[in-house]
Amino acid sequence: MEKKYWKGVEELNNSPEFTRLRDNEFFENLPIDELLQNKASSTSSTSRRDFLKFLGFGVAAASLAACEAPVKKAIPYVVKPEEITYGIPDYYASAFFDGNDYCSVLVKTREGRPIKIEGNKLSSVTNGGTNARVQASVLSLYDSARLTSPLSAKKKATWSEVDAAITSKLSQSAAAGKKIVILSSTLPSPTTKKVVAEFSAKYPTTEHIVYDAVSYYGLLKGNELSFGKSMIPSYRFDNAEVIVSFAADFLATWLSPIEFARQYAITRKLRDGKKNMSRHIQFESTLSLTGSNADNRYKLKPSQLSSAVANLYNKIAAATGGASVSSSATPQDKAIEKVAQELLNAKGKSLVVSGSNDPNEQVLVNAINHLLGNYNSTINVNQECNLRASNDAAVIELMSKMNAGEVGTIIFWNANPIYSLPNSKDFQAALSKVGTKVSFADREDETAQFCDYVAPEHHYLESWNDLEPYKGYFNLVQPTIRPLFDTRQPQESLMKWAAMPQADYYSYLEENWKSNIYRMQTGVTSGQAFWTQSLRNGVFEVAVTAASAPAFTGNVQDAASKITKPGTGVELVMYEKTGIANGAHANNPWLQEFPDPISKVCWDNYFAILPSYAAKMGFKQGNVIEVKVGNVSVKGPVLLQPAMAEETIAIAVGYGRTNVGKAGNGVGVNAYPLVTIANASMKYYTAATVSKTVEDDYPLAATQTHHTMMGREIVKETTLSAWLKDAKAGNPEEMIETPYGKKKVEDVDLWASQKNPGFDRPNHSWGLGIDLNACIGCGACVVACNAENNVAVVGKDEVMRSREMHWIRIDRYYSSDVTKENAGEKGLGKLDMYGEMEKPAAENPDVVFQPVMCQHCNNAPCETVCPVVATTHSSEGLNMMAYNRCVGTRYCANNCPYKVRRFNWFEYTNNEKFPYTMTDNLGKMVLNPDVVVRSRGVMEKCSMCVQRIQYGKLEAKKAGRRPLDGEINTACAQSCPTNALVFGDYNDPQSEVNKLAVDGRSYHLLAEIKVKPGVFYQTKVRNKEEGKEA
Amino acid sequence: MHKESELRPPLILGDKTWHDITEDVCRPVESKANKWWWLAFSLAVAALLWWIVAVSYTLGTGLGVWGLNKTVGWAWDITNFVWWVGIGHAGTLISAILLLFRQKWRLSINRSAEAMTIFAVICAATFIVTHMGRPWVAYWPIPLPNQFGSLWVNFNSPLVWDVFAISTYFTVSLVFWYTGLIPDFAVIRERATTKWRKRIYTLLSFGWVGSAKNWQRFEEVSLVLAGISTPLVLSVHSVVSMDFATSLVPGWHTTIFPPYFVAGAVFSGFAMVQTLLIIGRKVLGLEDYITIYHIDMMNRVILITGSIVGVAYITEFFIAWYSGVEYEQYAFINRATGPYWWAYWSMMTCNVITPQLFWSTKLRESVFATFIISIFVNIGMWFERFVIIVTSLHRDYIPSSWTMYHPTWVEAGIFIGSLGLFFTCFLLFARVFPVIAMSELKTIIKSSSEGSKKKHAKSVTQEVNV
Repeated sequence: MEKKYWKGVEELNNSPEFTRLRDNEFFENLPIDELLQNKASSTSSTSRRDFLKFLGFGVAAASLAACEAPVKKAIPYVVKPEEITYGIPDYYASAFFDGNDYCSVLVKTREGRPIKIEGNKLSSVTNGGTNARVQASVLSLYDSARLTSPLSAKKKATWSEVDAAITSKLSQSAAAGKKIVILSSTLPSPTTKKVVAEFSAKYPTTEHIVYDAVSYYGLLKGNELSFGKSMIPSYRFDNAEVIVSFAADFLATWLSPIEFARQYAITRKLRDGKKNMSRHIQFESTLSLTGSNADNRYKLKPSQLSSAVANLYNKIAAATGGASVSSSATPQDKAIEKVAQELLNAKGKSLVVSGSNDPNEQVLVNAINHLLGNYNSTINVNQECNLRASNDAAVIELMSKMNAGEVGTIIFWNANPIYSLPNSKDFQAALSKVGTKVSFADREDETAQFCDYVAPEHHYLESWNDLEPYKGYFNLVQPTIRPLFDTRQPQESLMKWAAMPQADYYSYLEENWKSNIYRMQTGVTSGQAFWTQSLRNGVFEVAVTAASAPAFTGNVQDAASKITKPGTGVELVMYEKTGIANGAHANNPWLQEFPDPISKVCWDNYFAILPSYAAKMGFKQGNVIEVKVGNVSVKGPVLLQPAMAEETIAIAVGYGRTNVGKAGNGVGVNAYPLVTIANASMKYYTAATVSKTVEDDYPLAATQTHHTMMGREIVKETTLSAWLKDAKAGNPEEMIETPYGKKKVEDVDLWASQKNPGFDRPNHSWGLGIDLNACIGCGACVVACNAENNVAVVGKDEVMRSREMHWIRIDRYYSSDVTKENAGEKGLGKLDMYGEMEKPAAENPDVVFQPVMCQHCNNAPCETVCPVVATTHSSEGLNMMAYNRCVGTRYCANNCPYKVRRFNWFEYTNNEKFPYTMTDNLGKMVLNPDVVVRSRGVMEKCSMCVQRIQYGKLEAKKAGRRPLDGEINTACAQSCPTNALVFGDYNDPQSEVNKLAVDGRSYHLLAEIKVKPGVFYQTKVRNKEEGKEA
Repeated sequence: MHKESELRPPLILGDKTWHDITEDVCRPVESKANKWWWLAFSLAVAALLWWIVAVSYTLGTGLGVWGLNKTVGWAWDITNFVWWVGIGHAGTLISAILLLFRQKWRLSINRSAEAMTIFAVICAATFIVTHMGRPWVAYWPIPLPNQFGSLWVNFNSPLVWDVFAISTYFTVSLVFWYTGLIPDFAVIRERATTKWRKRIYTLLSFGWVGSAKNWQRFEEVSLVLAGISTPLVLSVHSVVSMDFATSLVPGWHTTIFPPYFVAGAVFSGFAMVQTLLIIGRKVLGLEDYITIYHIDMMNRVILITGSIVGVAYITEFFIAWYSGVEYEQYAFINRATGPYWWAYWSMMTCNVITPQLFWSTKLRESVFATFIISIFVNIGMWFERFVIIVTSLHRDYIPSSWTMYHPTWVEAGIFIGSLGLFFTCFLLFARVFPVIAMSELKTIIKSSSEGSKKKHAKSVTQEVNV
């Protein structure tokens, strides 16, 4: 029987009431009528229609929002370009030239982004070397201050608008017979010159004036006076046995420093059985990088230098039968006599150069070289240098033409006269009288802000071009990334404006190479093959047919009568710093934070004054002083700089930019207004008046605040004569006192035993050797390391707190008057001795440089103290950091005797307080994807470019062989223009590093504490007699 | 079988009966706080708030808000850490070593001294955490089983030894302190007049009934803990000193450090006990319990340990000279004559010269002089750690990296704030816990004999007068 369950007694009864309710959908009585009669709802403003509208809007809005999915910029390739493989870098040969430095480079790109500049070894000019500015140039590509499109009257415009407007203005100028002036920096590019020539043909009133921020007009003009042709010869420092430089900073900024540094180092290195060294004598007013490397350095006031050249000329002339000239006495005449003798002893193998911009002084220098027979040996007049062509006279003349209203259109090309001209106010006034002003500047710089049109140029890494730094030496520039912004090459702009038939500059360039430059050689038989080969190699070099040296026809008497006579009173001298140079790259944070090799100050320029002279004047470090030249006055802080000449104040140009971008604006003061114009050329020194201001002291940020070695054997040093007698001169075996007498460091070991013979390095044992004789202290390695290892830029405030993040630093020490040896003679007790040793020998100290990075100690003190094993040793001798294990106790940094560990005090990425490279998306494009970006609170340090080692090992493994010596290189060693750093494997008996390690000059820094570093140094050798001047 | 020397003065004055002791010790716990307590508490809490602000700012922004740099990686942080750990040592020495040596006078002061130890170690621990670059992973130096792979701590690192030393020290001190508190909590429980007080102290006193068995176990546990604590007095600061001694920084790398640090720790600890108790006995009216005798005894410890520390300072200089090591010699010359000479001479004055004044009995028995000198010692011992840490680091091997260290307001805030944290804890302790180990103290009063002796003496005098 089927069971029946009732829901309730009502169902059982089944009353009619129940049945009615059951059939009804809603049991209860629904208050529908009430609702419809409800007054409140009927008077509500939200009607049914409104509801539908809201609903519709909501649906539409939701679907629209859904459409706008966040755009992920990192998208994979749909069709992968053939040449790109993830994680594998591509290298493109190119060249760097910014109107100042030339360097043949390889550009490393990753997934289409240029991230690192390396030297091109195929170039016989720079030969794989770079400098700090070249290394930093890749960051300028990702500069957020760059213009993203052309500007017309300061407003964004399209290229077609700008082209149309400019073309009509140009035609108007040409039709009205007014001048069209192209004011550009030196353009050592044959194809560019052709474009300019064609442009001039189209607009016949065109005048091309070359204007470099820092002028070499004196050198050009001096050669014109000497040889009848305005040119700069090529110099061969490597052929010179005696080098005498009068304030030419040829290792840092003068003419072609990368090339000269390499040549210079060849003469200084004592490797591979070479036992001779050049003698280098420097006369100068400031302490330059070059002067600090000299064997003997003599100080002269800027106004005395010309007379010193004349005196040297007289001494040489007296010995070689030349005519003598009238000259004034200088305080260094005794030294000049000795120097003259040395030069005469090395006739035909010596070189005298001068950094002066006075043509007459250059004539005298040429005369000296001529009398010494240096032409065709250390100087080649036939192989002209095209790197400088500025014409001061033409620039000065231009201003009067502008004022006279003769100039219809002016085009600025890599020229920023409103910033870099001394009389920029006058130029600005003259500019207002020019009809149309066009600038190719990549940013709205000091000059571009006054221009009607800005047609922004590409960064060189986005450009096509060719360069001919020396006659017969060609270098192609090729783009390594598609232009980031709506910019265009100036050449292409000129082509457009001149309505040239070629589509773009690239085809024009290719055509020129295939048809013209191709003909200069015979090896390659097709234009296409020649073009491809040149593009791949970057460089194309042809021998210049050796003509006989043009006769020296300079009028020395006339020149000597026109040179500056020694002045009295305070003199001001302007110079270029190794990092910022002429100021074009002032917005590059790597260069701003790059410590000056001499002063170690970053983020500022300053008035450098000899300490004893500053004391006489009542100036202290950081005091703000006012320097007046004529009616121009500039205020800036004092830096006490040992080795400056008496009564001399030096300030670097290139600072005080106002329109360059957030990193460079307002950094330092602009010293260009202090440059004077004399005899239609720029004069970089002048008499000045100085006074102290009442302003608060201005703090300077320096990465090194202690300047002497305190009598410690940190940089070991000897003289050439001592070294020739004893290969271990200046580098005696480090001995440790034990109860059993003195023992070698290696022989004293707490742990070594039969069981523990040493370190197990079964595969590789990486090491780095640093030749202090080859290191010139230029700092290319510092910036190279920044780029390779994503080292954070921290800004001036943090550097003042000694928190710079550089993984490699270059220590610079001055010698002190008091040493441990002579303290007794001077009657100083131990306490006084240390006090005195802290003071650098203010008058003319010896200077030494020492690159210091993690020494990769085999007995690493940092490794034992880390509580969490975040830093450990690899079986290949590397001291490693596991950033994401680090808890940040900083014990390792405290226990590091070399103080090379760097702590992330803040989060340096995505932090508006550090708006440098790792905060905006553009700046982040420069980051090396192979290296972790470190977060706040962890320790970091040199990894010996472990990512490069790993890459090299894998490449070798794929090829089924061991890595070859030199195949793997660290960023610092690779960037070095002098090859002072040598990286390699100690386990490879044939490696160069192994050969150097056993040399008598090799030593470990702080060997006595027995941390057994993997890095070693080689004694610095000076080519001078112990304790004697010259 | 209690044999009493007639010459020995009583340890507690005022002819206290057992009941008097209970009343005196429980008064602060059972009565309302006076305005002085509130004033002190407000100041301490204000300082604690500054600590919270400064620590939050540090944690939120990064250690860059401190004054450290590439060369000086530790400064006020570790100075404060070592200073606080050192201060803690007096408590353990008093309660453990003096117990083993049966120094009964310790009973008046051991409770507060142990409380001081606990709070000082807490303060020290805060510096361990805040000085880390990534404090959110502060547990990584502890050898915990983990899922990071086979990651383990580095047992070579003195910082890991620190983790063990400090955590053991804190645990043992806390247990020892609490064990002592149990009978006293029971007393308060019995006297409690309100419901919640009764409940809380019932809970705290772990069901203590005061039976003979209770007491026997109490004595045994105390003895065992004293046995465990005694080596800790020597080991904890020895381990802390190894943070420096095992490094190779000139001025740190010194074998003398362990004994020298232990002596220094006891020295500073006793000075802090003096500072606290000289105020405490006055404010809480405990002059009869913490007597001039106690002050004198502690001053003797200060004199001895201060002299040891002084000898250590001189020995360091001798060894620097005798070693012939360039860097070592310079480190010490730099301490005394370099840019931080003022810190060195503050240390020498406060730590070596001032305690020598305690050769004078008059000064040793002067409450005022003791208070002033104890403050000097506290300051001097802070400077000692500052001198060791900062002046050694700021000029070590490579002169190019020599720098100066300048503290910021944040570091000052964290230090002063840690004093706030300490005093907040201590003042709360003085209000809710019995500040003197009353139950144990009752074992040393001579109420019966003293009272009758005095009565007897009185009657004899009267007789003579008659």
